[in-house]
Amino acid sequence: MSAQLVLSLSVVLILALGVPVLFLLSSKLGPQESTKNSKNIPYESGITHCVGGCDNRFSVKFYLVAILFVLFDVEIVFMFPWAVRVRELGYFGLFEMFAFIALLVLGLIYIYRSGALKWQ
Amino acid sequence: MTVKNFKTLFENRYFIEDSGAFIVEKSNILDALHVIKNRDNYTLLLDMTAVDYLKKDSSKARFAVIYILRHSDFSQILMLKVYLDATLTLPSVTSLFKSANWAEREIWDQYGIQFQNHPNLKRILNHKEFIGHPLCKDYPITQGQLCTKTDDLMDEMTPLLKSKGYENFEDLMFLNLGPAHPASHGTIRNFVALEGETIVSTVSEIGYLHRGFEKSCENHTYNQIIPYTDRLNYCSAILNNIAFAHTVEGMLGVEIPQRAQYIRVIIGELSRAIDHLVCLAAMLVDMGALTNYWYLYNPRESVYTLLSKLTGARLTNSYMRIGGVSRDFYEGFEEDLRYSLKDIQKGVGDTLKLIAHNRIFHDRTQNVGIIKKDEALNRGITGPNLRACGIAYDLRVAKPYYGYDTFDFNIPIGSTGDVYDRMMVRFEEIEQSIYIIKQAMKRIPKGDIMLNNHSIALPSKQSVYTSIEGVMNQFKLIYEGVKVPSKEYYDAIEGANGELGFFIVSDGSGTPYKVKVRPPCFYAMSALPSMIEGGMIADAVLSLGSLNIIAGELDR
Amino acid sequence: MSETAVIIETIVKAVVVLSVVAGMGAFATWIERKVLAFMQRRLGPMHVGPYGVLQLAADGIKLFTKEDIIPQNALKPIFVLAPIVAATSAFVAMAAIPYFPEFTVFGYTVHPIVSDINVALLYVMGVASVGIYGPLLAGMSSANKWSLLGAARAVVQILSFEVVSGLSVLAPIMMIGSLSLIDINDFQSGGVTNWLLWKQPLAFLLFAIAGFAETNRSPFDTIEFEAEIVSGFATEYSGMRWGLFFVGEYANMITIAVLVSIIFMGGYNPIWFIPGAIVMLLKVSFWIFLFLWVRAAWPHVRPDQLMWVCWKVLMPLALVNILITGIVLV
Repeated sequence: MSAQLVLSLSVVLILALGVPVLFLLSSKLGPQESTKNSKNIPYESGITHCVGGCDNRFSVKFYLVAILFVLFDVEIVFMFPWAVRVRELGYFGLFEMFAFIALLVLGLIYIYRSGALKWQ
Repeated sequence: MTVKNFKTLFENRYFIEDSGAFIVEKSNILDALHVIKNRDNYTLLLDMTAVDYLKKDSSKARFAVIYILRHSDFSQILMLKVYLDATLTLPSVTSLFKSANWAEREIWDQYGIQFQNHPNLKRILNHKEFIGHPLCKDYPITQGQLCTKTDDLMDEMTPLLKSKGYENFEDLMFLNLGPAHPASHGTIRNFVALEGETIVSTVSEIGYLHRGFEKSCENHTYNQIIPYTDRLNYCSAILNNIAFAHTVEGMLGVEIPQRAQYIRVIIGELSRAIDHLVCLAAMLVDMGALTNYWYLYNPRESVYTLLSKLTGARLTNSYMRIGGVSRDFYEGFEEDLRYSLKDIQKGVGDTLKLIAHNRIFHDRTQNVGIIKKDEALNRGITGPNLRACGIAYDLRVAKPYYGYDTFDFNIPIGSTGDVYDRMMVRFEEIEQSIYIIKQAMKRIPKGDIMLNNHSIALPSKQSVYTSIEGVMNQFKLIYEGVKVPSKEYYDAIEGANGELGFFIVSDGSGTPYKVKVRPPCFYAMSALPSMIEGGMIADAVLSLGSLNIIAGELDR
Repeated sequence: MSETAVIIETIVKAVVVLSVVAGMGAFATWIERKVLAFMQRRLGPMHVGPYGVLQLAADGIKLFTKEDIIPQNALKPIFVLAPIVAATSAFVAMAAIPYFPEFTVFGYTVHPIVSDINVALLYVMGVASVGIYGPLLAGMSSANKWSLLGAARAVVQILSFEVVSGLSVLAPIMMIGSLSLIDINDFQSGGVTNWLLWKQPLAFLLFAIAGFAETNRSPFDTIEFEAEIVSGFATEYSGMRWGLFFVGEYANMITIAVLVSIIFMGGYNPIWFIPGAIVMLLKVSFWIFLFLWVRAAWPHVRPDQLMWVCWKVLMPLALVNILITGIVLV
């Protein structure tokens, strides 16, 4: 069974990679890229004399949410096996998981109160 | 305030010119404006402009600067005039009126008059590489100038950020919202400094659509200017026609026939309604509420069909003439109008059904882009944007013209001056306009649509083709223009966006010596940075949309 | 069964799934225009073919033959890679989805699933979330500020809602005790009343909302909302490169529609006399229609409001739902 799984997944992967690449190659059908053209200039509302590049540092607020995601999503991954076996694990598992979730919620409350979820 | 009072207030140092403007010495202008504003309650600086008397009568001085103020009861107007000496400098009044900021920049740009202590005296309508001052009478209009380099605007942004406590700008992202941006509605550039997505400070650059309207006017007869006025606020071209014709008729001292007045009311209110429709539709698209765009734009289409039947053009109608209107209603106009009005009401009703109780809509618009009452007045904002702040100033009521005092209608006002209020005021104004139109259609009298005065009104085509008097009359009026007595005159009507005024200087010939339009957008736009700073990009887009900035009028 | 037969069967199934989904995705663009048009009192595409149905072909030809523009300053390898990541991850995610009940052709039983993984749900959600690298890489490699803002919005939005969708499916999984989509489907056999929708309404709502956000559909289409950030991460993309993002987005939309149908709405179990395959098609169509309907009806939210909803409303609700489910089950 597992050999079949690997096989089927690799077939899918090859196809799923191959089709987009083929799609991209289709642009050879049309007019070819002209490099000396002003259409290659990055768009900023028609202004060509821009201040600051795109490799500058960027406000940290966006990244904070990403870090939060890592925390919470890893914890969700821990919860999946428990969720599948929740009946077998019974009260013990339930209380264990409740304690875990309580910690999670505490974390969320802490984040909330420390203002990390404020975007302004 | 009477003239006598005014003289006593200022210890007889001021006198009135024929035009009705009070002459103030250059050294006293700040004091005079201070007293006028704080004691006499002339709280709204409507407009500032300059006149170059080089080719008229430069015996007193070549340049004069004119301040037009409105009393806080909104019916009285006061004009102050300062003759300039050879140094061409004047103290800036930005400390008293924030609306003077851009107005003074414009005067510097167009006439080369310098304002001392102005926070940021640089060109505003013309390009920064432009040489000379185009509205000076000795500027050669055939001289072309090629300006190519874009201003990076850091000369304005850097002090602004420093004043907000930013020492190095490493963590800020500088972004141009416009001129070619999907939400800039025309070509307006807002240069913003972002922290994350929060706007820290904004610098606006306008003038991308500057085409020298005022200079063109100085070379055309009064009737020839009417098509130019179409291009000011092209969403309600007819209201611009009316404002200009109304001002010139005021200078001539004539009143147009009753029927023409009613036609102006009906078509003007229809224009106001479609102007608001455009503003609301575009704004809702900026919010992602795409469906409302068609709900609001389809009725506009039916109004355009009606207007093209009536005037021959859809967008730039040129429907008014000095002394009346160009055509009478056609047969079946009333049915078409009724159909269009019903269409508008249906569109507005459907849109309100979709958004009025929508939580997302409320969250997006309420408490966003707020401007306070006093701030709005100080910045010279008028029209729906001012009424949204809670000030019930509407020229149709404050200083009725064309018998607006005989119509029954309400002025909707808001309370907080946020985006939501501005939108809802416009929705309600559409309803009120429709109500006025219905009343006017019931009462419209029969009669002439043009003045019966051969020195003003163009003769009918019938008489031009069949009689020599008609031909001669037409010839004289077309070639020489309507002769307007020598005057300096300001008058305004309630445009779709606010007080739409014209300041005209005439020299007795058929072409105006100077025309200055007071575009309501210009002052609303100058207030935009104060509304969007501290908000997010998404809020800035909505705030800009809710002010209904029309680039044609803004940049002239 | 011989090895070659298995290989051939897998290849055939993979090709069929890919082409059907790609075809449905393409067709959905036409449907989207038509449905939106009718809701907005206009006609939509009308000129290419009957009722504009060949507009698809016209668009395809345009996209396939458009000039390939790579802006200066862009990081070329990453710029090229990004759309492939977006499309590939969307396609790969479909391998573990059972679309129809098994059926027999010429005495040969076909399982309409490319690879029957016993943790299919985890697989689909995991692989689909790799798709986030598409917008992220695109935005960061374009050397354009709008793209950068779009990428930041995309990461924040999709990641946040990943948490919500993960938490919201936990409760159904607790009830079913399996991560296999086939098991989940079989759990709900026996009519409309057995749908999980009735037992887990909160989880259903949360998952649906998260689905809207993860597929970047209105009212959560902040990632490439034109009036604000021009085209977001895709600002500098054109031609088929842009087209691949589009394909990925539509494939994701279909995946979400299929997932919601399977997990909460009874999957491909037949209803009354309607066979399972048709039921499934109807459900997926309904969801796609719902996506369009919402787009026509509502304005969209601001990114910070979106975060507010996600972290302060939806996530606590999902946790509460898990707690209640746990207490009831044990």
